[in-house]
Formats: sequence, C-alpha cells, structure tokens
Amino acid sequence: MRHYEVTFIVDPVLSGDEIKSTAQTYVDMLQQEGCTIVHKDEMGLRQLAYPIKKRNSGVYFCVEFQSEGGAFIPKVELALSRDERIMRYLTVALDKFGVKFNDDKRKGLIGKKTRKAVAAVEGEGVRTQPAPAPAPAPVAVAPSPEPAPAPAAEEE
Amino acid sequence: MATKDDIKFLSNPKIGLKRTKYCRFKKFGIRYVDYKDADFLLQFINEQGKLLPRRITGNSLKYQRKVSTAVKRARHLAFLPYVADLLK
Repeated sequence: MRHYEVTFIVDPVLSGDEIKSTAQTYVDMLQQEGCTIVHKDEMGLRQLAYPIKKRNSGVYFCVEFQSEGGAFIPKVELALSRDERIMRYLTVALDKFGVKFNDDKRKGLIGKKTRKAVAAVEGEGVRTQPAPAPAPAPVAVAPSPEPAPAPAAEEE
Repeated sequence: MATKDDIKFLSNPKIGLKRTKYCRFKKFGIRYVDYKDADFLLQFINEQGKLLPRRITGNSLKYQRKVSTAVKRARHLAFLPYVADLLK
C-alpha cells in the first residue's frame, strides 16, 4: 500500500456549497478508484503568494489517500486540470516519514509549542527499546529540543 | 601592571571565533519537510525568494535536497512566490 496526497486550490469566487461539492467530487472519484481516504483536510481560504487566473486568494484542500498502485492518478489529474473551478493541483507520493508526519500533525504533536512533547515521546521510545544495552549511549542519540543539553552531554 | 588575566578580556573573545554550523534536521530529528508549511520554508530562502545555499543554512546534502523539493512544490501551489522583493 502506498500513501499519496493531493493538494488543490479551488476558485474562491464560488459559493461555500459549490466549493465543498467540488472538493467532494474528487474525494468520491478517488474512492471509486478503490483507494482509502486517510484524511481530508480543508485548509480554508488563503492568500496566494502570486495571482493565479487573476485571483489573489484560493481555498486549499488536501486529501491524503492510500492505494495499491498509482495507475489511476493520471486520470484524476486530467480531470483536475480540465476542471475550471480548480486553480492548481499537486499530487505527491508520501514516504514513510511523510505518513508519520501527517499522522503526528493530526494528533497535534507537530508545532512550536509541542515540539518538546514529540521529543519526549521519541526519547522514551528510544530509551525503552534498548533497555539492557549500555544506558548513556541511547540518551545521547535521542534528539533533544534544546541546543544546550546535547553539547553538554558530549563534553562530559 | 596588567596581569595576564586583564589582557585576556581587552578584546571580545567571541570575535573571530567560528560559529559551528549544524544541520537542524539532523539535530532536532526532523525527518520530513512539509511543503505546506510556508513559515518554516521561509527560513531557507532569501528576500527574493531564492533558495539559500547549504554554505549558509548548514543543512546536510540529504536534507538540502528535501528542502529544495519542498520549496519548489510550495511555489507551485502559491504558498511561496517564485519571484519576490522584500519577502521578509
């Protein structure tokens, strides 16, 4: 099973219902092709960094899905490119780190405030696995959020 | 008489010291560079929206490649501009 992610920008001039139904069309299309939708993220109205089709903002959608192969993706992309309501789209194959990142993001582990929490969770994982092994080594390897403790540990 | 200890701090000892560069991805254990996070990617481009070299960011080659891909994807989706002036 491979993970993919398609991000597209919908024309903001449409009404709220039309925007949602446009996004839903492609979610349904993906489901018809036999893939499992992992997550559908509405990123909402955003300012564009440069105008596209004379629009300065757009409604972003991001759909993460899982499938056996990517044979149907050109078909979906063709539909996206022919659609007048879609301003831009991008399909990306996710590696295992990308899948984990998106998973953590949904759990709220990613972000400036919670970066410590992530490190703590990872640190515990590293520490618990090689428990019989020499103790100081895995602690030093564990990623630490603050720059200060790591060099200090090395000096000692 | 000026002793050895006095002379030591006549000039700032930090001037002329080379700051050690490091790869922040390796240091903080970041394995994936998200192309949707424009604020994060802003750290790796200059005011004109161009990618900063490794020489300046200190990224390892592996992660510099990932950053460059992420920035290019972000540009395509209008999260970041292709060309800009006074971006920061």
